Amino acid sequence: MLRVAQAIFGVAAALFLILPIVAILPLAFTSSIFLNYPIPGYSLRWFNELGQIAHWRNSIVNSLIIGSGATVLSVVLGTLAALGLRGRGIPFPNLLRTIFLLPMVVPAVVLGVGLQISLAQIGLASSYLGVIFSHAVLCVPFVIVSVSTALQGINPTVERAAASLGASPTRVFRRVTMPLAMPGIVTGAVFAFATSLDEVVLTLFVAGPNQRTLARQMFSSIRENISPAVAAAALLLIVGTLLLALLAAYTRRRTAKTVEA
Amino acid sequence: MTAFIELRDVSKTFGQVTVVEGLNLEVRKGEFLSLLGPSGSGKTTILMMLAGFEGATSGDILLDGEKIDHLPPYRRGMGVVFQNYALFPHMSVAENVAFPLEMRGVPKSETRPRVKAALDRVQLGHLADRRPDQLSGGQQQRVALTRALVYEPKVILMDEPLGALDKKLREEMQLEIRELHRRLGLTIIFVTHDQSEALTMSDRIAIFDAGKIAQIGTAGEVYDRPQNRFVAEFIGETNLLDGVVKEPAAVELAIATTIVAPDHGYAAGSRVSVSIRPERLRFDGSGENRLEATISDVVYQGDHLRLHLDAGTLSLVARLERGAAERHPGETVTLSFAAADCSVFPA
Repeated sequence: MLRVAQAIFGVAAALFLILPIVAILPLAFTSSIFLNYPIPGYSLRWFNELGQIAHWRNSIVNSLIIGSGATVLSVVLGTLAALGLRGRGIPFPNLLRTIFLLPMVVPAVVLGVGLQISLAQIGLASSYLGVIFSHAVLCVPFVIVSVSTALQGINPTVERAAASLGASPTRVFRRVTMPLAMPGIVTGAVFAFATSLDEVVLTLFVAGPNQRTLARQMFSSIRENISPAVAAAALLLIVGTLLLALLAAYTRRRTAKTVEA
Repeated sequence: MTAFIELRDVSKTFGQVTVVEGLNLEVRKGEFLSLLGPSGSGKTTILMMLAGFEGATSGDILLDGEKIDHLPPYRRGMGVVFQNYALFPHMSVAENVAFPLEMRGVPKSETRPRVKAALDRVQLGHLADRRPDQLSGGQQQRVALTRALVYEPKVILMDEPLGALDKKLREEMQLEIRELHRRLGLTIIFVTHDQSEALTMSDRIAIFDAGKIAQIGTAGEVYDRPQNRFVAEFIGETNLLDGVVKEPAAVELAIATTIVAPDHGYAAGSRVSVSIRPERLRFDGSGENRLEATISDVVYQGDHLRLHLDAGTLSLVARLERGAAERHPGETVTLSFAAADCSVFPA
């Protein structure tokens, strides 16, 4: 009896999570100019539109530029932070960790206002660099969390062994610590990229018309003219995110095979 | 002969806890020295200070006459073998062994034959491309050892390297390490809490008690001539007879028997313990000393029999070789032992 209830509840919960996604996806292939059911016929016209209409195409390119930039920046900063938090002799490591993770819980609106003011001060408002920087603020916590977890799994005597065998601290890092932490770094990078990809609120505050991202473009087009191109863009985002998640899972499994000792 | 490794008045404290206290220790070139002691006696901390992973709170550490306290681990050139092997899980066996050579800038063309030769020497050549987790514990230990030896370091530090292996394999590896030590003329400092391992392998044994050396000497010295109660009880099994010194060479025991002991130098009236090993208690009446005792139990041990005896308030243990006359519980016997087999130290 309990098992049946569990199964029903599980299915219901899964549906609750997936239905909104399933609901929008078929509309990407509609031949109608309206974003609603029933679908009169199937076509790829909205994907064509994404590729041909300048503001869609530019927004996809922008998302890729900003996403890549934010990922690189946050992976570097987040990995360094995770390494630092792990080291001995850091004062108040828990307080520092909490501060580093703050962007995860601070409302995006607050961050957005703060970033807009700060970026304007240093002349980076409405610039690619400014948007990349703002997205990185949001992405760094994800990298810290996943890299920290990976670092915890590394046996410190392995690093000591490397040092005793003649490896300087930089070489210990390059040859031992980093390869062993790689699954965590890749996972962090995927999270960072996905976070940047669907970030709207911060982008509204800090981006100028030239840095319009795909998510931002979807947001405004759904308010202005509800076109099925939004659904096509959504499909693109989902497929992209899924591919990245698969990549992360693959790296983790490949390394897990060699690391479980 | 001058010391190759020297610790001068080295202390180490972690916060309020003193782990090593005023340690002076000299190790000769080519020596096999074991650091033996119960866990928490400071022996691993000493090894970590030698390797450079821990700094001494005070005192100096010298290698070949030069202070090395300021050198980071990677500049000390000491090979370290850890208890859990500490192999690099993301590298093959060959890559693990090549690692120290690579760090020293040895050209690839030279590395490959050296790695192969080193692995062949320990019969692991056929496993060169495996990952460490595909090897058994004994094989992993051999790889760790090979990796620490391949660049011919001046000193090898071993931290309970055989602790995780089963008994048979451990004994095999003990002989293998001894053989390597002899053949390559290595200086080895070996941390263990297993006394039989220390007795088997070492040139000298330093026995640690609470951060200090309780006694240092050859296996024979620490076993036959323990200088204090801790060593007598820690190494092997012993009978401790408490008493008071009467004359320079005699001790009156608590059970009102006076025995002759070697000239020990303690003043008359001082309270002392006399240690006599079970196998030194005889039944044939030889030796200067006599003790009347009643057998309370006879325990079969395979190669010998263990006798538990009572002599007044004293409980004694003796060893009876196979083939000796049979003994039974309840029997009263006269034990005898030589003064030369006794060790005397303050109670």
